[in-house]
Amino acid sequence: MTKRLCIHGLTVAGLLASVAVPASAADTITVASWGGTYQEAQTKAFFDPTAKDLGITIKQDTTNGLDDVRLQVTGNAVKWDITELGADECARGSKEGLFEKLDYSVIDKSGINPKLVHDDWVGISYTSVVLIYRTDVFGDKGPKTWADFWNVEKFPGRRALSGSQATETLSVAALAKGIPIDKVYPVDIDGALQSVDKVKGHIDAWWTSGAQAMQLVKDGEVDMASIWNGRAGTLKKSGAPVSFSFDQGVLTADCMVIPKGSKNKDVAMKALAKFVSPDLQANLPLYVDNGPANEKAFETGKIPPERIKDINSAPENVKKQVLQDPAFWRDTLVEATEKFNNLIQQ
Amino acid sequence: MSIVSASLDHAGRPDRALNADALAADARRESRGLLALLSPGLFLVFAVIIVPIGWLFWLSLFDETGQLSAANYARFFEQASYIKTFVTTFKVAFIVTGACVLFGYPLAYMLSQLPRRAASICLIFVILPFWTSVLVRTYAWLVILQRKGLVNSWLIDLGVIGQPLPLANNFSGVVIGMTHIMLPFLVLPLYASMKTIDVDCLRAGMNLGASPAATFRQIFFPLSLPGLASGVVIVFVLCLGFFVTPALMGGGKVIMWAMRMEQTTSLYSNWGAGAALGVVLLGFTLALLGLFQWLLGARATGVWSQR
Repeated sequence: MTKRLCIHGLTVAGLLASVAVPASAADTITVASWGGTYQEAQTKAFFDPTAKDLGITIKQDTTNGLDDVRLQVTGNAVKWDITELGADECARGSKEGLFEKLDYSVIDKSGINPKLVHDDWVGISYTSVVLIYRTDVFGDKGPKTWADFWNVEKFPGRRALSGSQATETLSVAALAKGIPIDKVYPVDIDGALQSVDKVKGHIDAWWTSGAQAMQLVKDGEVDMASIWNGRAGTLKKSGAPVSFSFDQGVLTADCMVIPKGSKNKDVAMKALAKFVSPDLQANLPLYVDNGPANEKAFETGKIPPERIKDINSAPENVKKQVLQDPAFWRDTLVEATEKFNNLIQQ
Repeated sequence: MSIVSASLDHAGRPDRALNADALAADARRESRGLLALLSPGLFLVFAVIIVPIGWLFWLSLFDETGQLSAANYARFFEQASYIKTFVTTFKVAFIVTGACVLFGYPLAYMLSQLPRRAASICLIFVILPFWTSVLVRTYAWLVILQRKGLVNSWLIDLGVIGQPLPLANNFSGVVIGMTHIMLPFLVLPLYASMKTIDVDCLRAGMNLGASPAATFRQIFFPLSLPGLASGVVIVFVLCLGFFVTPALMGGGKVIMWAMRMEQTTSLYSNWGAGAALGVVLLGFTLALLGLFQWLLGARATGVWSQR
């Protein structure tokens, strides 16, 4: 996916590095994730404690998404034992048969939303798509709902939406039509496209990466935007005059898989079981704004109560949001994305 | 090649010289030697260019189920956005190339007329951006051109404009950013070819009564054309495959072919979908190079080999 473009170079370097190293011993596994602060947080929350607990070595790499897994699996050159993906990528890769089956006698799935527990992939964390606006333009009376965002008379100003993540933009477009959050899925794609059509003339930028969304808002290039909550939180912490909430957010899950042909499948299974365990899941929000996929993490007592309200997957916040359905997009992504591109491209 | 054809010519003559056979054998030996010297290079070209491109073409013929099909190409006509992307790509390439000629020709002319020392100093300023990452330069333009960027805030402070000009996150942003990045690719070959123009030709023209303007128009300009054509071809072809600048400066509204390739490759589960885009771009680029060659003659595209 596009947010990972900037790390292409790193991946190549990583691949080269792993080529140079001889076949790893059974107690060494390689885990790939998105890099950046998110992976640093995962290192502290998941990887380091797991390596210590199991007495194994966890090597790390960065991924650009499903293409990388497809390349490794179809090319019989699997370098990774576990890799992170977006949930819709997991659903698509599963259909293509790119992953090993997961053993749920090793992995405890309780506490994870059943929609994110599948034969060959499991949820690991959540990102939310939220509405952000600049308080120096709107004060505290900015657009609070997607219907407000679509209302160009009441809220004049420059706008940005995601152009690369059609699934997310179509979800918020459905919300903008006034569809209640529990009725958004399955998305009426044509209806959502009509909704996008209404606002597209007022969109000043279609962002293609998280960094770009952040820059557009930070520099005042736009007054309101859809943005990932991690980026929104970073903006707020850095002192930018912005406001956002989880109301009408779109919860998108990330997942982990064992690529088909992994040489350390059994160790990887044990490590993955640790990653999704409530104890380690509770570590994640201590370092980053992405919420844990296992809701039992909130019962461990590790997360301070004042922190819980800022976490997108806290039970209170989940109620306000739409959970993006990976199985739905597995079957409709290509058609929906092509239609979406036809619509937004000038 | 010339050696081979010369020897054949020689051997074919009826009144052959006494040592013709020996000469022909010698020539054959020499061309065999040359071929042997060339073969590592030819092999490399075959292995790293011909084979992968052939493979790319092969992949583009298969659909998601692995069946032989034209689906990857049919998509370009079924989905309006592909045609739009294609048109945008060529529009951007034409406009950027035009802008580069507009700015680059006078610049190269000035450089070629300056004393050598001054010219080398000025050339450094042309080459310097070459050493800076495209990404950095593109972000710099974003900072300068965006709504609350340098240009707009200065113009508003000076009272020239009331509302910020839409310079970034649109078509004009892409053109400005790409023109800056492409300019050296035009200026350098053009400057090199202008330096080879014999000053005596210009002097002779003026001696015969031509005005400076007529001398430029009738002597200097025609002689600089091969360099200009060479620069234009390089800039145009590079523009067709550009990714970073349109992705950052276009605000998602200017989608070029390379950006669509990236999108398509991750959207479809078969490599063929993206491969077909590559084949089409390659095909059009080769066709255009052929057209340039035909229009401007071998001098234009071959100017590099002259030096």
